[in-house]
Amino acid sequence: MEAVLLQVLAGLATGGIYASLALALVMIYQATHLVNFAQGEMAMFATYIAWSLVNAGVGYWPAFLLTVLIAFVLGVLIERVVIRPVENAPVLAVVVVFIGLLVILNSVAGWIFTYTIKSFPSPFPPALGIRYMSPHQVGALLVTLIVLALLYLFFRFTPLGLAMRAAAQNPVSSRLVGIRVGWMLALGWGLAAAVGAVAGMMVAPIVYLDPNMMSGILLYAFAAALLGGIDSPGGAVVGGLVVGVLENLLGAFVIGNELKLVVALVLIVGVLLVRPSGFFGSVQVSRV
Amino acid sequence: MTALLEVADLRASYGATRVLHGIEFSLGERSITAVLGANGAGKTTTLRALCGMVRTEGEIRFAGQRIAGRRTEDIARLGIAHVPDGRGTFLYLTTEENLRLGAYARKDKRAVARDVERMYAYFPRLKERRRQQAGTLSGGEQQMLAVSRALMLAPKLLLLDEPSFGLAPLVVRELFGILRAINAESGVSMLLVEQNAAMALELADHACVIETGRVVIAGTAAELKRDDGVRRAYLGY
Repeated sequence: MEAVLLQVLAGLATGGIYASLALALVMIYQATHLVNFAQGEMAMFATYIAWSLVNAGVGYWPAFLLTVLIAFVLGVLIERVVIRPVENAPVLAVVVVFIGLLVILNSVAGWIFTYTIKSFPSPFPPALGIRYMSPHQVGALLVTLIVLALLYLFFRFTPLGLAMRAAAQNPVSSRLVGIRVGWMLALGWGLAAAVGAVAGMMVAPIVYLDPNMMSGILLYAFAAALLGGIDSPGGAVVGGLVVGVLENLLGAFVIGNELKLVVALVLIVGVLLVRPSGFFGSVQVSRV
Repeated sequence: MTALLEVADLRASYGATRVLHGIEFSLGERSITAVLGANGAGKTTTLRALCGMVRTEGEIRFAGQRIAGRRTEDIARLGIAHVPDGRGTFLYLTTEENLRLGAYARKDKRAVARDVERMYAYFPRLKERRRQQAGTLSGGEQQMLAVSRALMLAPKLLLLDEPSFGLAPLVVRELFGILRAINAESGVSMLLVEQNAAMALELADHACVIETGRVVIAGTAAELKRDDGVRRAYLGY
C-alpha cells in the first residue's frame, strides 16, 4: 500500500510538470487551432538559458525569474517573426514551420551547449521533503500549482486576460471592440513559452539537461492535453496529473519502466479513437 | 447639421468581385440614418467598409478624420461601434464579460461600471443572465447583448446591421424603442441597415436606398416614405 502511495505522489509531482506543458500547448491551440510541436524544445532552450545564468554566478531564483522573462520575450518574438507570416497559410505549412522550429532549437542548443548531459540544480531545501516525497518533488509541485493559479487569476480577472481569451475565440468581434488581436496572439505565445520554461526548469533536475530532454515530456504533455480536451485549460491540468500518476503506477507495477512512454502513446491513440474531445473539451459540431 | 460621417466614392470588393461602386452619403451628429436595399445590394458591405473589414477605395471622413484604410481596431477606438451581421457574440464568455469587452478600449473604469448598469436597465433580461455563457442566450437576448456591447464603447457612431433579424415583431418594437431612447438620451448617431423598411423609416430621420452598390435615393425619412418607388419596392403597398 505504501508503495502505491509513493508512486501516486511521485506521479503528481511529474504530472504537475506535464500539466504546465500541456497548458502551454492548449494556450497556443486555442489561438491557432494547432499543436505547437516546438513547445518542448522552446522549454528546453529556456532551461539552458537558466543553466547558463546559474553557471555565470546568478542566484537560482533571480536566474529563474530572468529565464521566465527571457522565455516570454522569445515567445513573443517567435510569434511575430516566424508564425505571423504563415497566419493564413494552410495547416500543413504551419505544421512544417513548427517542426522546423523544433529542429532549429534542438540543433542550436546542441551547437551552443553540446549534447553532453548536464546536471541541473534543484533550489529546494531538504526541509521541504516529506515522508513520501523528495524535496524537489514537493517544490516542483508547489511551483507548478502557483504558476497555474497565477495564470487562472490572470485570465479570469484581468481585462488583458479577458481580451486574450476573446481574441482567441472571436478575432473579428475582438477587433470591433478595439482589441489589437495580433498582439494578443503574440502575448499568448509569450505566456506559453514562459510557462514552458518553468516546466523545463522543474523537470531538468529529474531528467537531466540535454537538447533532447523534452521529447518524452512533450509526448506526456500532449497525451495530457488530449485527455483533458485540447481546448480546455482546466482539462489540461487534470489531464497532466492523471497522466503523471498513471505513468508511474503502470511503470512500477504493470509494464515496467522501459515501456513507460508507451503509456503516453496508448493514451493518445486511445483518446483520439474513443473520445476525441477528451474529458472536458467541447465537442465541435459544424453544419454542412 | 454638421456631418459626423462623410462618405464619397466608396468602392469595395471581395477578391475580384466589386460590390460597392462609389457609395456616397453623409450622416449628421445625433441623427439616425437608415440604409435600405434588397439582399446583395451592398448594405452589409458598406458597414464593413466603414470599419475597415474589407479592402476599400474612396473617401471616408469620421469627425473630420480620414479613416479609409485604417485598421478595424483603430477605427473602433475612434468611436465607431459595430453590431455586426450575425451578432458577433463571444459565445464562450459570460454576458457580463461580453459587456466588459465592449468597453475594452475605454480607460474610465467608473464610467464603464456605470454603463454596465445602464445596459442592464435598458435590457433587464441581460442582468438576469449576467453570469451565463452568452452562447446559451436566446436570439433576441443575443441581439440585445450585441447592441449593449457596442454601446459599451461609448461610441459617437453606432453601426447596426439588421438588428431585427430573427426577432419576434414585439421584440423588434421593444428594441427599436430602446434605440430611439438611447439616441435621444446620449446623442449617439446611428447608421441602421434594415430589411424591415417600415420600422427603419419610423425610427430614422434620414434614409438612403442602395441598389447594386450605389445610392439611388437619399433624403429624409419622411421624403422616402412618400416616394412611390420606395413605397412599392420596400414598404409593399
